[in-house]
Amino acid sequence: MTKVHVTTSINGEETEFLCEPHETLLDVLRNELGLTGTKEGCGSGDCGACSVTVDGRLTCSCLVLGVEAQGVEVGTIEGVGEAENLNVIQEKFLEHAALQCGICTPGLIVSTQALLKENPSPTEEEARYYLAGNLCRCTGYDKIIRAVLDSAETLSEGKVHKERSVEKAK
Amino acid sequence: MSELKQYNFIGQRTIRPDGYDKVTGKANYAADLALPGMIWGKILRSPHAHAKILKLDTSRAEAMPGVMSVATFADFPSVSNEAIQSGEGAVDSLDLGRNILARDKVLYHGHAIAAVAAKTEAIAEQALALIDVDYEVLAPVLDVREAMKAEAPLLHEDMFTQGYPESPEKPSNIAARHEFKMGDVEAGFAEADVIVEREFATPTVHQGYIEPHACTVNYNTDGQSMVWCSTQGHFDVRASTAKLLAMPLGNLKVVASEIGGGFGGKTTVYLEPVALILSRKSGRPVKMTMSRDEVFRASGPGSAARLTVKVGGTKDGTITAMKASIAYEAGAFKGSPAMVGGMTAFTPYDCPNVYCETFDVVVNKPKVAAYRAPGAPQAEFGAEMAVSELADKLGIDPVEIRLKNAAKEGTQTIYGPKLKSVGLVECLEAAKNSPHYKTELKEGEGRGIASGFWFNIGGQSSVTINMNPDGTGTIVEGSPDIGGSRASMQMMASEELGIPLNDLKPVIGDTESIPYNQTTGGSRTTFATGMAVIEAAQDVVRQLKERAASLWNVTAEQVEWRDGSAVNTAGEGQMTCAEICAKCEKTGGQISGTGNVNARGAGPSFAVHVCDTKVDKETGKVDVIRYTAIQDAGKAIHPSYVEGQFQGGAAQGIGWALNEEYVYSNEGVMENAGFLDYRIPLASDLPMIDTIIVEVPNNFHPYGVRGVGESGIIPPLAAVGYSVGDAIGANVTELPCSPPRVLKLIQEKG
Amino acid sequence: MFTASCPEVDSGKRLGVSMAMVFFSGELQRFTGEESCSVVAPNYRELLAELYEKHPGLKDSEIAQMAIAIDGEIVHEPLLEEIPDGAELHFFHFIAGG
Repeated sequence: MTKVHVTTSINGEETEFLCEPHETLLDVLRNELGLTGTKEGCGSGDCGACSVTVDGRLTCSCLVLGVEAQGVEVGTIEGVGEAENLNVIQEKFLEHAALQCGICTPGLIVSTQALLKENPSPTEEEARYYLAGNLCRCTGYDKIIRAVLDSAETLSEGKVHKERSVEKAK
Repeated sequence: MSELKQYNFIGQRTIRPDGYDKVTGKANYAADLALPGMIWGKILRSPHAHAKILKLDTSRAEAMPGVMSVATFADFPSVSNEAIQSGEGAVDSLDLGRNILARDKVLYHGHAIAAVAAKTEAIAEQALALIDVDYEVLAPVLDVREAMKAEAPLLHEDMFTQGYPESPEKPSNIAARHEFKMGDVEAGFAEADVIVEREFATPTVHQGYIEPHACTVNYNTDGQSMVWCSTQGHFDVRASTAKLLAMPLGNLKVVASEIGGGFGGKTTVYLEPVALILSRKSGRPVKMTMSRDEVFRASGPGSAARLTVKVGGTKDGTITAMKASIAYEAGAFKGSPAMVGGMTAFTPYDCPNVYCETFDVVVNKPKVAAYRAPGAPQAEFGAEMAVSELADKLGIDPVEIRLKNAAKEGTQTIYGPKLKSVGLVECLEAAKNSPHYKTELKEGEGRGIASGFWFNIGGQSSVTINMNPDGTGTIVEGSPDIGGSRASMQMMASEELGIPLNDLKPVIGDTESIPYNQTTGGSRTTFATGMAVIEAAQDVVRQLKERAASLWNVTAEQVEWRDGSAVNTAGEGQMTCAEICAKCEKTGGQISGTGNVNARGAGPSFAVHVCDTKVDKETGKVDVIRYTAIQDAGKAIHPSYVEGQFQGGAAQGIGWALNEEYVYSNEGVMENAGFLDYRIPLASDLPMIDTIIVEVPNNFHPYGVRGVGESGIIPPLAAVGYSVGDAIGANVTELPCSPPRVLKLIQEKG
Repeated sequence: MFTASCPEVDSGKRLGVSMAMVFFSGELQRFTGEESCSVVAPNYRELLAELYEKHPGLKDSEIAQMAIAIDGEIVHEPLLEEIPDGAELHFFHFIAGG
């Protein structure tokens, strides 16, 4: 098999890589580019652990070929938040204890970001249906939905968190 | 007990110390490690549910360019029947070896036969097709009742049922029989005014962890080896793997990665010993991952069960007799939780006449593994359904009948000891007084209530707290963190030391960094590892006081520890932890505390759940419209993570009750081996899950902690099942209540 | 068959010797033929020795690998356990969690 040369943009950064034609975008992110934040839970688009955005559209990276990344903008969990600041969604997930094992968390955060971009004030039902493609086995979703709705409220009120949010308990 | 009366940290909702890595994708799970020169391993799996292996020839695969090594059962040094510690019980190492790589028979579709390691995953997969296997296909046994019949095809010719007064003459598929009895059930039934007797069935289900099994391993030429894997118990991975490969424990380092869910399914090994063989034979690090398909077909699910349950009571609501016969599917090798089923079925009840007979039965399905309170959900499902039906027939409220017969401190259990202090009554009262229970149902809605009991265990935990010269410290513990327990460890240590939370960093040490720690499971971690953390922290405090004393030239008894500082009661002076640590070189060296426990006195956790459902009578679809999970936590160290355990257990139980089941073809091939058709609850399936934390302290733990991880999966099966029956006016006896089954019940009712 | 008020227990009390009651699970009853018996042992080691002497068949059982509940408190590794006077003892298997 001859590898294909791909030029793309990952989280706003120009990137190039070589991959086999059959490799998925998920394989490429994890194995070629060392971006292991995106997880494989099923490889068949059913669990959402591999959620990324492709040109802003929420996608299961296990259902996209690596070669399809040519010329598009890919967004992964590594691009959410900044070097010294967590994004509001990330903070709210921590505050609400919306994660236990954490394996579904990167996918959920990417999906939540996509949700709130499309629908800044979702109802509980809208949030549940939008996120139905992200499976979580640990939490029962209760605290996740609370974190999502709180994120929506916080973002819509224009509150910006300037400091790194990992709280120091007194 | 701790002398502390007011807590500074315990009971707070702190931010977990490992949280930053988890929300940024930086946390490293099993499949996230790559090593230089690494190659990829893949497994050849049986296409038959039951067959003899007549010939196995890997030579063509070995010859393929890019293939670096091949492994079969023959590569295990001699494996005997000796027991090894795995999970919280002993496991037969021959069974374990034969499950990981088949020896002379394949016993389920997907059973591993051989493995290949190659330069790329694709080459490894292609090489599998070059392994030549000749089979003699045998008839599979796929149903526990069929398997128990005398004429059933045998999985193991040398299986003679354990547990009868006399050993049977002929082999069978019944590995074991267990019997538990108290009082005289027949006399009890004779006293009863109303008797309920029903047969129930629960399906094979999977723990459903989102992270598949994976490992990266390296076997050095000198025998020193490393395994990186996600596991609930890295010391048990070491024990199992070293045993199978005849290695000294000291040669094998096991590092627990972050773990993406376990629920009991990751208390055993599948890939690690195979990967090590491939690494040894190729001289390269090897990475192996299971696909989701492989996880379903070949990792250990939770047992299916068939039950007959009979309960009897008098008009005033006294339960006079309780009886159950339960057959559990063990899958391909012995070892279902049949014994535990008998021990837990009726334990929420103070009834003098109880009898349980349970069976461990092999069938041509994957060997089962533990699944959250293993054995109890199946058994207590039947018991709770029968008790609720009894209440209905007696015209008594289902919470009232449970209160009237509730197990309490001093209640004799069927498995031997009397209960110490427990919180079932408190949970039932909380259910009775809950806003949920007080809300009336609307037309077409149904309600179910159920109790749940789980023992919880203690066991061995070992912790070191190493203080740094600047007064910060590291808590090195050995319990892989499956649900946020690290946060509780940090809180307990901070509480004892009196220093800020973020001055103490909890880490999970590998098998070379700390002594043996028992598996994370059995709801033991916050209880037992917590005790070890407290002991280590108290050891640090003792040393800090001694160091301060020597600096002040007084005795250690004259120093008190208050709010993170040493106070000189024999004169002037106060020193912070940081100040003492800064001078540790001058006062005797580094300060490090140890806690080494074999924790006893684990307190059982009782749970009571209330569930309302609505059923679409045209499609049979069930909606859970309201759910409340109530459970006794003893003392909730971190309330958010305690609630999380309640809610997670509830969600798994709801899935078990409504949609989850392994669907098999007649040939024994699983037909729904993926998340699309093995339907676990989605965000859109569930309402908010209300929780009530009851706290009846367990006096054996310094803060009163009871484990909470497991009990929460038990009540949902009957809470949901009974609720559905209530909504449609029929008796639910088979899980899951999937639309076809519910529709059939509606149609049969006419 | 021993009963709760058997001559051994009474004479033990008169002698000031530590007495305890052992209750056998259904599985162990197959080796002992009785539901319970009294023992004089002050610790686990002597308890096992005494039980083996009373019921040699127990040597074929898994009793030595079992956990023990002493007055309701479950001890998984009882080798060094002291047995309080008048204690109720139950043997049973380790429980696997998940």
